[in-house]
Amino acid sequence: MTFAGGRAASAPLMGRESEPTLFELSVPGRKAYQFRTTGVANTSLRDLIPAEHLSDEVVDVAEVSERDLVAHFTRLSHRQFSVDLGMYPLGSCTMKYNPKFCDAVAGDPGLNGVHPGTPAVLCQGWLALLTALEERLCAITGMSAATLQPAAGAAGELTGLLLMRAYHESRGDVRTRVLIPDSAHGTNPASVTLGGYEVTTIPSNDRGLVDLAALKSALGPDVAGIMLTNPNTVGLFEEEITEIAAAVHDVGGLLYYDGANLNAIVGVVRPGDMGFDIVHMNLHKTFATPHGGGGPGAGPVAVAARLAPFLPGPKPARVDGRYDWVTPEHSIGRVHGWHGNALVLARALAYIDVHGGDGLTRVAQHAVLNANWLRHRLRDLLPAAYDRVNMHECTLSATKLKAAYGVRGLDVAKALLEEGFHAPTVYFPLIVDEALMFEPTETESLQTLEALAEALERIVERAQVDPEALRHAPKTTPVSRVDEALAARRLRPTADAR
Amino acid sequence: MADYLPHTEDEVASMLAFLGMSSFEDLFAHIPSAVRLAGGFDLPPGMSEPDVAAQFARYTGANDATLAKLSCFAGGGAYDHEVPPVVRALGGRSEFVTAYTPYQPEVAQGVLQAIYEFQTLVARLSGLPIPNASLYDAATGLVEALNMAGGATRRSKMVISAGVHPHWRAVAATFAKGTGHELVIAPLRDGVTDWNAVDTKGAAAIVAAYPNYLGVMEDLSIAKALAVREEALFVVGADPVAAGVLKTAGQWGADVFIGEGQPFGTALSFGGPYLGLFACTEQQVRRLPGRIVGETLDAEGRRAFVTTLRAREQDIRREKATSNICSNQTLMAVTAAIQLGWLGTQGLREVATRCAQGAHYLYDELLNVSGVEAVSSRPFFREFAIALPTNASETILAMADEGVLGGLAVSALTGGEDPSLEVDAERVMLVTVTERRTLEEIDHYVNVMRKVVHS
Repeated sequence: MTFAGGRAASAPLMGRESEPTLFELSVPGRKAYQFRTTGVANTSLRDLIPAEHLSDEVVDVAEVSERDLVAHFTRLSHRQFSVDLGMYPLGSCTMKYNPKFCDAVAGDPGLNGVHPGTPAVLCQGWLALLTALEERLCAITGMSAATLQPAAGAAGELTGLLLMRAYHESRGDVRTRVLIPDSAHGTNPASVTLGGYEVTTIPSNDRGLVDLAALKSALGPDVAGIMLTNPNTVGLFEEEITEIAAAVHDVGGLLYYDGANLNAIVGVVRPGDMGFDIVHMNLHKTFATPHGGGGPGAGPVAVAARLAPFLPGPKPARVDGRYDWVTPEHSIGRVHGWHGNALVLARALAYIDVHGGDGLTRVAQHAVLNANWLRHRLRDLLPAAYDRVNMHECTLSATKLKAAYGVRGLDVAKALLEEGFHAPTVYFPLIVDEALMFEPTETESLQTLEALAEALERIVERAQVDPEALRHAPKTTPVSRVDEALAARRLRPTADAR
Repeated sequence: MADYLPHTEDEVASMLAFLGMSSFEDLFAHIPSAVRLAGGFDLPPGMSEPDVAAQFARYTGANDATLAKLSCFAGGGAYDHEVPPVVRALGGRSEFVTAYTPYQPEVAQGVLQAIYEFQTLVARLSGLPIPNASLYDAATGLVEALNMAGGATRRSKMVISAGVHPHWRAVAATFAKGTGHELVIAPLRDGVTDWNAVDTKGAAAIVAAYPNYLGVMEDLSIAKALAVREEALFVVGADPVAAGVLKTAGQWGADVFIGEGQPFGTALSFGGPYLGLFACTEQQVRRLPGRIVGETLDAEGRRAFVTTLRAREQDIRREKATSNICSNQTLMAVTAAIQLGWLGTQGLREVATRCAQGAHYLYDELLNVSGVEAVSSRPFFREFAIALPTNASETILAMADEGVLGGLAVSALTGGEDPSLEVDAERVMLVTVTERRTLEEIDHYVNVMRKVVHS
């Protein structure tokens, strides 16, 4: 038997008791901090700050020893699934291996010890790094210029929509609507609203793709543009993309590329060659920067030449033989307090430079290979919603299981946790019933994929034998299913809420 | 040729054969050839990790203003605080670093509980009961606060003190182009907001900073009274380190607190990733942007944590969501909880006190340098602005030659003249002192300043 490196079922969780909170561990008077001896006089605060500004109350933090602090957060870390622990096939999230090398690069004091307000001449290395990344991202997307400021994908989306707005307005062109397929991520419509536009939803056809006829009938001179993810959120390539692009451009609209699924096409297709005008990338997906339990990300936005004058600024550029900050002529302004999530950007550049163009192409090839292998391996167990060649992820459906045994997609996902795998994305995209979206990524081995398939086989077997038990899975995890209704009804977001 | 791919050539061949295919090309055959990339990328060839490390050594070597090379007196929302090895080690644990958003609470209690602890600390530091799980940074936090005020009042006029950091104001102005908010900037007079200089009638939000970006502590009761009169939300952007000793935003009557959490465990990092802090009153909980973690029970009655009030969020509410935020800054939030746990009640007070002591000492010494003048006569906390007899940007470069990052040129923050200043912005420098600066460094700073402005 070959053992899978990506299965976490052997993780030694030490018992299943709740971990006390930091506040419950606190003992008044205990301390962990130590400061530098500075020699600065210990003047009373009352002599420096007027009394009306000083608080009468002491802000209670927590008082623990360094040893207890280490034990607490180490135990918390043991109650947490992660990519480093096992396979994380969460569709649409691209939970690939995050190379340690890239973290080491970002941990260099020559990068993280630089103040963001440093004059350009004193941080030429950072500006060179950011300029190099902008060039790489433009080459990868087939675009002309980029901003690195947006802190995450959704911030990139909103930036892109404001670029769209600025472009149309500069031409005296008032437009009110943005088209979005019904399979889109929720951030798309939310961003459209914040960009000051109305959403028009375009239905998908029976192949899981944008319905071209419906798209054409929704187009008009009031359409600012369309936001598309390609491959789309079902994991399928929009094969009529050139027709879509032509139709949108014909009415003067712009095409926005949501880069959530860029991992599927790096080195294979460039958004620019498909006709897109604005592209955001999720560096925390495609370029392997760690997700950090929900962030930080980075969502650079690259644009075609005609949109470059509107990009956020200041942006790094090479001017007269050295690097400086330059604000584009018709810039929409800042979208971040400083220069973006710089250390995330540095990690992404390191990742790109290790791979080079050929390596990135292999990334896409292997990601697509793994997702297709998994779909095909599971075809009798959990059939795909659209059974044909997919890209980097496959959307399966538990509809048959539900009909036969009353076991839902959510139950399958929860049972997978017991098997030592993270769950797939469930109930998304909304257009697929009982959706289970698997994105294995390119860094999982054949043995791990096979182990996942066998785990799903065991789960389906359990569904036939004892469906009730599955509805209560998982039982071997730090906690079992949680009462979400109670959390919302009796809101306790802090230890002080009672 | 380097990558992190596991498959052997034989495995690739067998996997393709399993699919009835013979090459990778077959996987992409359904993509129209017209859009396929021909001839590969215009990118440098792949390199091994050591080779890329050598390239990065050229970048780091070209940064002349690292903490190792210059003693840092620059602040403006980014501070050189002590980040001890224990915090770096715990915050760098790969279970926190390589996890995704906690969508499966059964296997995400580590991150969820750490966020809950972070939220508790944000609530205590802000004096407001409803924190969220983090935003990108303080600047985008201001945008979210304005959106909340717009939703709460159905009005669009946002009155913002010029004491709010110029970059935060700039970001708010950018996003206002989408929301249609009208930003009215109230100027500073002698370092404090002159609310009478603007028409506050019909305001959705009154936004003040505490201390303001020039370091000055303003009497916020004036702004609060205005907010009450206009039935606007009172938004306070506060320094969370100062909150260790100063009145909290909640004590001043704020409806919304925003702040920059970088001082709690995050390195200067050239400006990111940082940590947007956000908290509000219970009245605004349904308009809260982003995630919030709540305590609950699992099926066996044990305490458990889960993201809650999810119906506000973009993946459920779509175009009617309170915000578009999805990825946030969780790792920085977890790190902040660790750093605050390390500081503890007393350590937080001591950081704040030490910053104030160092800053006041340096301020007094600098005003003894002939030609250096105060910008405001008002009390400040840990940061101050001074007017130089010379150009501030040039002065900072000259000081760097003597081993000191002297501060921030205010004109570089504001992009020129600004309603926060009554003097020529080109001459104004913003200076901060953290608990990491020694008396020797501070005295050296004063000598360097004297030499530079009189050379």
